[in-house]
Amino acid sequence: MHPFFPTNDELGIAVAKIAILLFIVLTVNAYLTWFERKVVAHIQSRWGPHRVGPHGLLQPLADGLKFFFKEDPTPAGVDKFVYYLAPLLALALALTSIAIIPFGPDPIRWRGHDIYLGIAPLNLNVGILALFAITALGVYGVALAGWSSNSKYPLLGGLRSSAQMVSYELALTMSVVGVLLMAGSFNLRDIINAQAPPVGHPDHGMFGWNLWPQILGFFCFFIAAVAETNRVPFDLPEAESELVAGFHTEYASFKFAMFFIAEYTSMITVSCLCTIMFLGGWLSPFPASWTITHYLPSVILIPFGLWVIMDGFRYETIFGRLVLPAVGTAITAFGLIFIVFPHINEFIQAPFWFLSKVLLFLFVYVWMRGTLPRFRYDQLMAFGWKLLVPVSIVNVILTSFVILAKMQWGAK
Amino acid sequence: MTTPLLVFFVLSALAVIGAVNLILQKHPIHSALSLIVVMVALAGLYLLMGAEFVAAVQIIVYGGAIMVLFVFVIMLLNAGVEEHTSLSKLAGPPGLLLAAALAAFVAATIARSGASVQAATQTGALSSTKGISEMVFKDFVYPFELTSFLILVAILGATVLAQREKS
Amino acid sequence: MVPTNYYVILSAILFGLGVFAFIFKRNVITIFMSIELMLNAVNLAFVAFSQALGKLDGQVFVLFVIVVAAAEAAVGLGIIILIARNRQTLNVERVDLLKL
Repeated sequence: MHPFFPTNDELGIAVAKIAILLFIVLTVNAYLTWFERKVVAHIQSRWGPHRVGPHGLLQPLADGLKFFFKEDPTPAGVDKFVYYLAPLLALALALTSIAIIPFGPDPIRWRGHDIYLGIAPLNLNVGILALFAITALGVYGVALAGWSSNSKYPLLGGLRSSAQMVSYELALTMSVVGVLLMAGSFNLRDIINAQAPPVGHPDHGMFGWNLWPQILGFFCFFIAAVAETNRVPFDLPEAESELVAGFHTEYASFKFAMFFIAEYTSMITVSCLCTIMFLGGWLSPFPASWTITHYLPSVILIPFGLWVIMDGFRYETIFGRLVLPAVGTAITAFGLIFIVFPHINEFIQAPFWFLSKVLLFLFVYVWMRGTLPRFRYDQLMAFGWKLLVPVSIVNVILTSFVILAKMQWGAK
Repeated sequence: MTTPLLVFFVLSALAVIGAVNLILQKHPIHSALSLIVVMVALAGLYLLMGAEFVAAVQIIVYGGAIMVLFVFVIMLLNAGVEEHTSLSKLAGPPGLLLAAALAAFVAATIARSGASVQAATQTGALSSTKGISEMVFKDFVYPFELTSFLILVAILGATVLAQREKS
Repeated sequence: MVPTNYYVILSAILFGLGVFAFIFKRNVITIFMSIELMLNAVNLAFVAFSQALGKLDGQVFVLFVIVVAAAEAAVGLGIIILIARNRQTLNVERVDLLKL
C-alpha cells in the first residue's frame, strides 16, 4: 500500500485529530494575545487588560467578537481576487505547518489503534524540509497583501517583508544543517531521539541536548526564526511608526484577524521547531534516574489550581465566583490524577516538557517585544547577510569536522 | 479507479489549468500565481511518486525562492497589464501550432516507446533521500561542485547588474 | 497505481503550454516564467522515469536543474530590472534595439 494513503479508520482518527488540534491552536492563539499584553504591560509597569473578566481573562473573547462584528470595507482599486486570497493563504499555511509537529513519543491505545500525538505520519522522512517548504510559501500572504491593497504603505511593507523573509530563510535553513548532520535524518522524531542518551551511556539529562554543541546554530536559528515570523525587533513589514501598519493597513475586521492568527500560529510553530531542534523536544531536562521529577506536573498543577480557586472567591461577579473555582478544581483534579495513576503520569511527561519548552520560547518572544527597539532596514539586511549567514556556515563546517574526527578517531 | 489515480488526475488537472491560466492572465502577478499553482501541483505529483526529497526541494526553491523573487520584481517594477500590438497577436496561431506539434510529437514518441516503460507503474516505494545524497556526493561530485561555482558566478552577476552606477 | 505514461504525457502538455506561452506572451517577466514552466515539465519527466527505472539519477538531475533555474532566475531578473530602468517598459517589442 502507498505510504501516504490511510485506511478509512485512520482517516476518521486523522480528522478528529485535526479538529482537536485546530481547537487547541486557536484557543492558545487567543490566550497568547492576552499573555503578550499582560507581560508587556508588566514590563512597562502597567496592569494590562483587567476589565473584562478576572485578570482580563475574557478579553480574547471580546476581541474575537469585535473582529466578527466590525465593518469589513474593501478599499477602491484593490485587486479583488488577490486581496481576498492573501489572508486566506497566510492563515492556511500557518495552520498547515502545525500539522507536521510531533507532540509526544508514545501512542494512545484505543480500540486497537495506536494514536500518536501530532497529525503527520510517523515515517514522514522529510519532516523538517516539509516545514521549511510551508514556511517558505508563507511569504506570499504578506507580499500579495501588500501588492493587492493598491496603497503605498502596504506596498512598501510587502516589499520589505519579501526581501526580509527570503534573506532570513537562508540563515534559518543553514543554521539547522548542524543539527541534521548530528541526527542524520530529516525526520523530526529521529532528531529528538538523537538527543536522548544512547543505550548504555550515562544519562546527562539536559546536557545531551543539541543546544550545547550547536549553540551557534541555536542563536542563528532563533534570531532568523523571529525575523521569519515578522516579530519585534524584526517587524519592519508592519513598522507602525513608519508604515502605519505595513502590509495589512488596508485590511479590517476578520481579514485582519486572519493575518493576526497566522502570525501567532507561526510563532507557535517556530517555538515548537526550536524546541525539537535544540532543546530535545519532549525529553526531560533531568536524567531518567531522577524519578522524583516525574511528579513535577502535579507539583505545579495542584498549587496553581488551589490558587485559582482561592482567587475566584475574591470576585463578586458570576464568572469569578463560579467559573474560576470550577477551572481551579479541574486543574487540581488533573494534578491528583497524575499522582494517583502512574500510567497516565508517565504518559504525560513528554507532552508536559514539550509544552513547557514551547511556553518558554513564547515568553522569550514576548519579552523581546517588551525590550528591544526595532532595527533600521539597512541594519536588518546587514545583520542577516553579513552576520547570520556566515556564522551559520561556520557552524556547519565546524560540526562536520567534529563529526568526521569522531568517525576517524572516536568510537573505539 | 484507485485513490492514487484519482489524486493524479486532480493534481494534473490543477497543473494544466494553472499553465493555461498563466497564458490567459493579462497581469504578470496573476500569471505568477498560476505558475505557483503548477509548481505546488507538481510537488504533489512528486510526493505521489514517492520522491519526497525532490518534492520538498521543489517547493522550497521554486515556490519559496524563485517565484518569490518573481513576485518581488513585479512589485518592485510595478509592472502593469500586458499590452499586445497587432504584430504580437500574429504570434498566437503559429505558436499554438508549434506547441501542439511539439506535444503531439512527444505523445507519438511515447506511444511508440517500448512496452517496458509504458507498463512500469509508479509504486512510490523507492526511498530516496539517502540515496540521492550518496549519488550527489559520490557519483556526481564534480557536477555538484560546478553548480556551486555557477551559483557563485550568478550571485556576482546579479549584484553587478542590479548595482546603480556611481556618479 | 499510476502508469509512467500518464506522467510523461502530462509533462509533454505542460512543456507545450510553456512553449506557447513563451511565443505568445509579451511581458519579459511572463516570458521568463514560461521558461520556468518548461523546466518544470522536464523535471516531471525526469522524476517519472527515475521512478520507473528504479534509479535515482533522474532525481539528481532534477536537483541540478533546480539549482541552474535558481541561478538563472537571479541573473535574469537582474537583467529585467536593468531593462525596466533603462527603457521604462517591460514589453519585449519595445526592447528591440539590440542595446540597452
